Amino acid sequence: MAAADELAFHEFEEATNLLAQTPDAATTRSDQLTPQGHVAVVMDSGGSYGAEDEVESDKAALLQEEKQQPGFWTFGYYQSFFDVDTSQVLDRIKGSLLPRPGHNFVRHHLRNRPDLYGPFWICATLAFVLAITGNLTLVLAQRRDPSIHYSPQFHKVTVAGITIYCYAWLVPLALWGFLRWRRGVRERVGPYTFLETVCVYGYSLFVFIPTVVLWLIPVPWLQWLFGALALALSAAGLVFTLWPVVREDTRLAATVLLSTVVLLHALLAMGCKFYFFQPLPLEHVAPPHQATSQPPNTLPPTLPRSMAT
Amino acid sequence: MAEAAESPGDPGTATPRPLFAGLSDISISQDIPVEGEITIPMRSRVREFDSSTLNESVQNTIMRDLKAVGKKFMHVLYPRKSNTLLRDWDLWGPLILCVTLALMLQRGSVDSEKDGGPQFAEVFVIIWFGAVTITLNSKLLGGNISFFQSLCVLGYCILPLTVAMLVCRLVLLAELGPINFMVRLFVVIVMFAWSIVASTAFLADSQPPNRKALAVYPVFLFYFVISWMILTFTPQ
Repeated sequence: MAAADELAFHEFEEATNLLAQTPDAATTRSDQLTPQGHVAVVMDSGGSYGAEDEVESDKAALLQEEKQQPGFWTFGYYQSFFDVDTSQVLDRIKGSLLPRPGHNFVRHHLRNRPDLYGPFWICATLAFVLAITGNLTLVLAQRRDPSIHYSPQFHKVTVAGITIYCYAWLVPLALWGFLRWRRGVRERVGPYTFLETVCVYGYSLFVFIPTVVLWLIPVPWLQWLFGALALALSAAGLVFTLWPVVREDTRLAATVLLSTVVLLHALLAMGCKFYFFQPLPLEHVAPPHQATSQPPNTLPPTLPRSMAT
Repeated sequence: MAEAAESPGDPGTATPRPLFAGLSDISISQDIPVEGEITIPMRSRVREFDSSTLNESVQNTIMRDLKAVGKKFMHVLYPRKSNTLLRDWDLWGPLILCVTLALMLQRGSVDSEKDGGPQFAEVFVIIWFGAVTITLNSKLLGGNISFFQSLCVLGYCILPLTVAMLVCRLVLLAELGPINFMVRLFVVIVMFAWSIVASTAFLADSQPPNRKALAVYPVFLFYFVISWMILTFTPQ
C-alpha cells in the first residue's frame, strides 16, 4: 500500500513538472504570432528559463519556418512572395521616395521579407505611363503644328515594356551575381538575396512615374530639372542600400560598382526621355523642318550618342 | 453473384468447414440492399438529362447559351452584389466582347506606317494576358476566387468599354474637332468608371480587407489601358 502511494505521488510530480513547462511554451507561441502557425516548432524549443530563451526560440522558430518552405514548383512558394499588405507596400514606396543616408532600404523597409508585387506592378505602370505620356506629347505637338500627323504609336508600349522589365530584372541579376562573386573576397557582411536586389531596383523606379507625368509640361529646363531630381532620389536610394555591403570591399571595386549602378540608372532615364518624348516644334515652323523632327523618334533607347545631343 | 450469397447458407455439407468460411466471398454491395436503392434513381435522372441536351435542336442549345450570356450582361450593366457571374461562369461573353473590341480597334491592313494603332493580335493579347495576370495576382495575394471565375468577371466587365467603342465610332463619323474629342472623352471616362465599379463589386469580396487595394489597382490599370486604346483610336 505504501509502495503504491509512493508511485502515485511520484507520477503526479512528473505530471505537474510537465504542466509547468507547457504553459511557458504556450505563452511564447502567442507572443510570436507566426503567420503560418507552426505550433509544433515552438513546443519543441520552448523552455522555462526566461526572456533570453524566448528570443532564442523566436530565432529557432523562424529558422524552422524557412526550412519548411515549399518547393519552387508549388504555388505556395510563389505565394510567399506576395505576402504583403497595402500598408506595407505604401510604406516601402515611401521609403524609396525619401532615401536617408543611415537607412538601408533592405533592412529598414523590407525587413528581409522581399515581395514581388511592388517591382512587378511598378514596372508595368511605368511602362504604360511612359508610352501614354509619350503619345500625349505628340498630341500637344500637333496642336502647335497641325502638319504633324497624330498616330497612337502603339508599338511604343511594347518597347517600353521590354526595356523596363529587362532593366528591372537583368541588372539586379548582374549586380547580385557580382556581389556574390566578391563575397569570396570579404567574408563578413553577407550580400542581399536576388529577390531583395530586385525589390530595391523595382521600388527605386517608382519615383519615375510622377516624373514621367510631369514631363508633359512643355518647358525644357523644367523637364531636365525634374529628370535630374528623380535620378538623384532614385540613385541615392540605390547607393545607400548598397553602401554597407560594398564598403567592406576594396576602394576601387566599391567606386566602380557604385558608379556603374548610377550610370546605368542615368542611361535609362535619358534613354526614356529621348525615345518617348520628342522635342516640341517651335511656334512657327516651316514644312521642310518637319522632316527633321521625325527621326529622333526612332532612336533606340540606350545609344550613348543620344547623350551628346 | 447469386452463388456467393448461397455459399454461407449451406449447412450440412460433407466436408466440415470452419465457421463463417464463406463470409469472405460475399460482396458488400449486395449484402446491404440500401446501396442499390440509392444509386438507381440518380442514374436514371442523369440519363434523362444527358439525352435531353444531346437530342435537342441546335437552336435550343445556342439560345440557352445566349440567354445565359445576356443575363450576365444585364448583371454587369446594373451591378449589384450578386453571385450569378461567379457561380455560373462562362467564357463565351468575354470572347465575344474581346473579339468585337479587337475588330473595332485594329488599324487597317493598308496602313503602311510603322506607328499606328494596335493590331488585332495586340489587343487580343493585352486583354487576355492582362486578365490572366490580374487573376494570378489576386490568387497570389491570397484571394479565394477561382481562376476562371475571375477571368469571367474581368471579361464581362469589358462590356461598358465595348459600348464606349461603339459610341466613339459613331461619333467619329461626324466632323473632327474639339467638341468631338470632348464627347468621346466624356463617354470613355463614364464607361471606364462603370467597368471599375462593376468589376470591384464582384471581385472585392474575395480578398482580405487589408489587401483589397493591392488587388483592385491592377484592375484599374487594365481598364485604363483599354480606355486609352479606345480614346486614341483614329479612323484611317
